[in-house]
Amino acid sequence: MSAFSFGVRMREWRFWPMLWKEFIQMRRDRITFAMILLLPAIQLALFGYAIQTDVRHLKTVVLDESRTPESRALVTVIANTGNFDVIAQVSNRDAIREGIESGEVTAALVIPPDYARDIVRGRTATAQMIVDAADPQSSAAAISGAQLAAQARSTQLLGERFRLVVPIEMRVRPWYNPSQRSATFIVPGVIGILLTITLTLITSTAIVRERERGTLEQLIVTPIGKASLMLGKLVPFVLVGYVQMTVVMVLGKLLFGIPIRGSLPLLYVLTVPFIVASLGVGLLISTVARSQAQAMQLSFFFMLPNILLSGYIFPRMAMPLPAQWIGLALPLTYFLKVLRGVLLKGIGIDQLWRPTASMTLIAVLLLVVSVRRFTKTIE
Amino acid sequence: MTTAAAIPPAVVIEKLRKTFGALVAVDGLDLTIGRGEVFGLLGPNGSGKTTTIRMLCGLITPTAGRATVVGFDTSTQSEIVRTKIGYMSQRYGLYDDLTVYENLRFYATVYGLRGNARTDRLEKHMTEIGLTSRRDQLAGTLSGGWKQRLALACATAHEPEMLFLDEPTAGVDPAARRAFWKSIYELSARGTTILVTTHYMDEAERCQRLAFLSRGHLIGLGTVQEILEQFHKPTIEDVFIELQARDEGAAA
Repeated sequence: MSAFSFGVRMREWRFWPMLWKEFIQMRRDRITFAMILLLPAIQLALFGYAIQTDVRHLKTVVLDESRTPESRALVTVIANTGNFDVIAQVSNRDAIREGIESGEVTAALVIPPDYARDIVRGRTATAQMIVDAADPQSSAAAISGAQLAAQARSTQLLGERFRLVVPIEMRVRPWYNPSQRSATFIVPGVIGILLTITLTLITSTAIVRERERGTLEQLIVTPIGKASLMLGKLVPFVLVGYVQMTVVMVLGKLLFGIPIRGSLPLLYVLTVPFIVASLGVGLLISTVARSQAQAMQLSFFFMLPNILLSGYIFPRMAMPLPAQWIGLALPLTYFLKVLRGVLLKGIGIDQLWRPTASMTLIAVLLLVVSVRRFTKTIE
Repeated sequence: MTTAAAIPPAVVIEKLRKTFGALVAVDGLDLTIGRGEVFGLLGPNGSGKTTTIRMLCGLITPTAGRATVVGFDTSTQSEIVRTKIGYMSQRYGLYDDLTVYENLRFYATVYGLRGNARTDRLEKHMTEIGLTSRRDQLAGTLSGGWKQRLALACATAHEPEMLFLDEPTAGVDPAARRAFWKSIYELSARGTTILVTTHYMDEAERCQRLAFLSRGHLIGLGTVQEILEQFHKPTIEDVFIELQARDEGAAA
């Protein structure tokens, strides 16, 4: 057999045995298999149900010292905002303090004795909303809710008193997420987080395992070639990533009613640069880590800024500039724009080319660096 | 002699050198191994045995000098070299989570065997190494001796012209070692050239020719008898201990 015919035949069988082997291993490794299957479900449950940045139904007590139809009307308006659940009437301020200190109460509405009298006399009546603002996220809704309720009640009273027509009414239309639910915002991001985990953590540990066991060395002395070796190692996880993505979208639609407004084929295509970038990170980690435990630690180290700074949960606009800059270096930041853009807004490539281009640039950079490093380590 | 001229030697090493930073692992090594030889590479830890084998397999690139394996340059024709050699390290390179048969099948496929040819070859190998009854056992659950047999079968599934064994019997019981050497002689009888590194002196004595390495240099070469005469020692073990002492004296 000549060297030439051998070379031609090599092309046919280079890559498939790696793929075959990788899937058998994936199926046998219970922890990996569980991570691949259960992670989408757990992430969805955790982030879809548990993370609710829109705080509603604060436990509220009322101290009504006015005891008039006017004061009772204010309580009703406040309760109707949905932000406050009136759980009790109290008779003094000490009870409010006790309630808030014990954590049983998060808000208290205090209506002073002269509240109704002031209204009748045409003076500005005051009422007080005391809020446990130790957690600014949960108190923000209470504060704005109370202010809005008071304004609404004022306009109502003014209208009644002077038989006026309200001069301005602002009608807010929350597009894309009309019911303002966190899940609609979070669940598309779960896809990005899952892909990051699968393609960096699981991939890097799988490669490091081969190095630890000595099988990587064994593979290098075979005619398999570096490109096939790398592809055979990475492609299975790309397929897994796409399956996870599909599972999350189906579950997201069934459980959370997440809309799919844009083109799914477009989303699958725009996911490619993100996958390449994440694999680049995974490959890079595998060249640095000396053990599977180290690979796992490094992956988690990489996950943290992704969860915090990419805009997955916390809005990037609220972050200080240095944090925003770090976010700009993360592929997930751009992929989240693509995910939310396609799924929630239904927009196309003409509006998404910017994040796609940035993501592609990062992907190419990461791939070049990591492939070069990886090739060096197997020499 | 005419055939010897037509077929290049199994291994030709010329002024081979490998440095890792300031450390000189192999320092200007010259060595020729003939076809079908069972050749032993001996030397204390850090003498450059493993580095030499790894250069011949194309796992690392020489700093200077050159080497050919079955007629092909290890640096410039490594792709061809890889199709002609088998390599077994002391770590075996088996997948613990694949079965005996899956490991064999995987390596056979990587080496280009397909279809009926592969099935026939694998069945033959399974019978030869006596692993037929353990066909579906996970490789990770095999004992050391069986792992070693499987590793040898994987490294030779493509019937290589040249086989490199880097301390293949480390941590294996004597019975398994004897069985292993029986397989080595069978491979050799079929024309396979074998280069083996070892710490066990009884194994060294089983080789047709030996090379002693010390601190990256070749310091002794020949048949067991020639080596014993060269160093005026009754056994190879005595030679080894003498060399190691000389090594440590030079280092001090």
